Amino acid sequence: MANRPRTLYEKIWDAHVVETRDDGTSLVYIDRHLVHEVTSPQAFEALRMAGRKVRKPELTLAVPDHNLPTTARLDTSGNRLPIADPESAQQLAALERNAPEFSIRYIGATDAEQGIVHVVGPEQGFSLPGATIVCGDSHTAAHGGVGALAFGIGTSEVEHVLATQTLLLKRSKTLEVRVDGQLGPGVTSKDLILHIIGVLGTAGGTGYVIEYRGEVFEKMSVESRLTVCNMSIEAGARSGLIAPDDITFAYLKGRPMAPKGEDWDKAVAWWRSLATDEGAKFDKSIRIDAGDVEPTVTWGTSPEDVVSIGGVVPAPESFADTSKQDAVRKSLDYMGLVPGTPMRDVEVQNIFIGSCTNSRIEDMRAAAEVLRGRKVHPNIKWGIVVPGSGLVKAQAEAEGLDKIIIEAGLEWREPGCSACLAMNPDKVPAGERCASTSNRNFVGRQGPGARTHLVSPAMAAAAAVTGRLTDVRELTS
Amino acid sequence: MEPVSTIEGRAIPFGRKNVDTDVIIPAHWLKTITREGLGRGAFESVRAEDGNIFDDPEFAGAPILIAGDNFGCGSSREHAAWALLDMGVKAVIAPSFSDIFSGNAFKNGILTVCLPQEQIDRLMEVAREQPVSIDLDTQTVTTPFQDRFTFEIDPFRKHCLSEGLDEVGLTLARDAAIANHEKSREANLPWLAKGVAA
Ligand code: SF4
Repeated sequence: MANRPRTLYEKIWDAHVVETRDDGTSLVYIDRHLVHEVTSPQAFEALRMAGRKVRKPELTLAVPDHNLPTTARLDTSGNRLPIADPESAQQLAALERNAPEFSIRYIGATDAEQGIVHVVGPEQGFSLPGATIVCGDSHTAAHGGVGALAFGIGTSEVEHVLATQTLLLKRSKTLEVRVDGQLGPGVTSKDLILHIIGVLGTAGGTGYVIEYRGEVFEKMSVESRLTVCNMSIEAGARSGLIAPDDITFAYLKGRPMAPKGEDWDKAVAWWRSLATDEGAKFDKSIRIDAGDVEPTVTWGTSPEDVVSIGGVVPAPESFADTSKQDAVRKSLDYMGLVPGTPMRDVEVQNIFIGSCTNSRIEDMRAAAEVLRGRKVHPNIKWGIVVPGSGLVKAQAEAEGLDKIIIEAGLEWREPGCSACLAMNPDKVPAGERCASTSNRNFVGRQGPGARTHLVSPAMAAAAAVTGRLTDVRELTS
Repeated sequence: MEPVSTIEGRAIPFGRKNVDTDVIIPAHWLKTITREGLGRGAFESVRAEDGNIFDDPEFAGAPILIAGDNFGCGSSREHAAWALLDMGVKAVIAPSFSDIFSGNAFKNGILTVCLPQEQIDRLMEVAREQPVSIDLDTQTVTTPFQDRFTFEIDPFRKHCLSEGLDEVGLTLARDAAIANHEKSREANLPWLAKGVAA
């Protein structure tokens, strides 16, 4: 048993099981817990009511992101501006109270390090390879990009982790998504994960943890790996991860919360041992040729509704399953699209470049690269670029990217979740389209009646320039 | 959590199928910071209908809700369970529930009872005028007319509900095992054990 070849997931799982019960559920130790303002207030309230403490405050990091407006947070004399929405203000105030009360490290709304939880975790070196990481947000799988086993949890589980530093879990099955070959020019990690979700479907990963393997991921930057793992949940998988390697170690080394000195050396040695063993078995495997992946966009209201930019809006009858046909009809109706329309002819009025999927420095660079020396098309009524953290923002500004973006005619904002979920003032108006780098094109996700097309940052920038969904390769080659 | 033994009283004969969590508590109620008070937003869209059952004074504070198939589908929001609790609902009877909802209900001490549709139909009829009683110990639902329907429940859930044990409390009772695991982490994976100071 001990020498049976194991997968990355199995090794991390085994290292964290506290005990296994007769019914097969295990009590699993949680190494890192990220907390934000929306899913935590009731968890802290419950602790307070039951007179319970946080078991290991040093394993939790709190940062507000979901509700914060992305407009200026300080006035010209450096005083904090109030949040107009009283409920958002109240949630933020609750986190500001709860973190110190329970001795939890808190990054405040106006701190330089503030940002989206899933951007801040890796950036600070809080998220580490081989760690179990949870957060009350379904895109927590992002941290799998550094080789962590990370997944989203609900408010009761947030309370459970705060009080016990553990969760009761059932072991998942393993799904290998192997991508060999090389992505073509203009094709990014976002196009790849949209393509993968298209192949798997939104339920293809249900019950599984995905390990992304193969040449493409081995060469990928950590930023891009975070983008891929982030959207694992859209294929139904609670978690998705990529084996940590030298690229990961180089990314983490020297980050403020990453191990140092002797700890670092020990950590790297352990991290190296985590890669899936030769001969380890996955419960399911799929293979994709990187050469088949084109710049990809969504046409519907489910992330599996993908098509390459050269394609057309599909007809409901082209789907075999009758329940899917109905769903497609509803989707097309909501999206205001007619089957057979080339995706390139779809005009957009809004641009959103941001969210935990695509708001890291690489994404800012990719967008700026396309926007450099160009102007936003008159079709575009609203377009914002929202860096994932204050540090990403500062880095982008040091590189002059903000100027390129502003000169092109897009707004440059403060970090936060922004138009990813319409819980804050950034929303897409009803009936209008948005080329968005976020992760969910659900009905109403970006605002009631809003029509979302998921794309990569470069594709969003291209759409900003032409006023319609566009193959970015036409602008860059 | 309050231990559950017998839940007796008026049962709201709602009966609707595929009630999703957005119907139980609409999204715009999610920005709260407490579990209390959500009852005011519960079934908001249904309450907008004339003559709806939820605004019938007969059923104010009723401890039981009767619903149709697939109750609690849709988003995983735990607010759905909190909203029901805040309305005073301690048990929901339906032919089936979404897994996530029944998990959330259980975590909050709400009993979910599955009964076949014909029995639900009978209860819907009785509930208009008469109280309904649920006994967790004997796993039965009874009415003043000698109806007696038995239901299944996971033994672990039954134990937790009848003892008033919440999951956090149960896990806290495993403190020694957790502490042991922590000790070995400190020795083998010290950088993970260290974390960050406040
Ligand atoms: S950007 Fe969107 S998906 Fe990411 S953490 Fe924020 S709300 Fe969740």
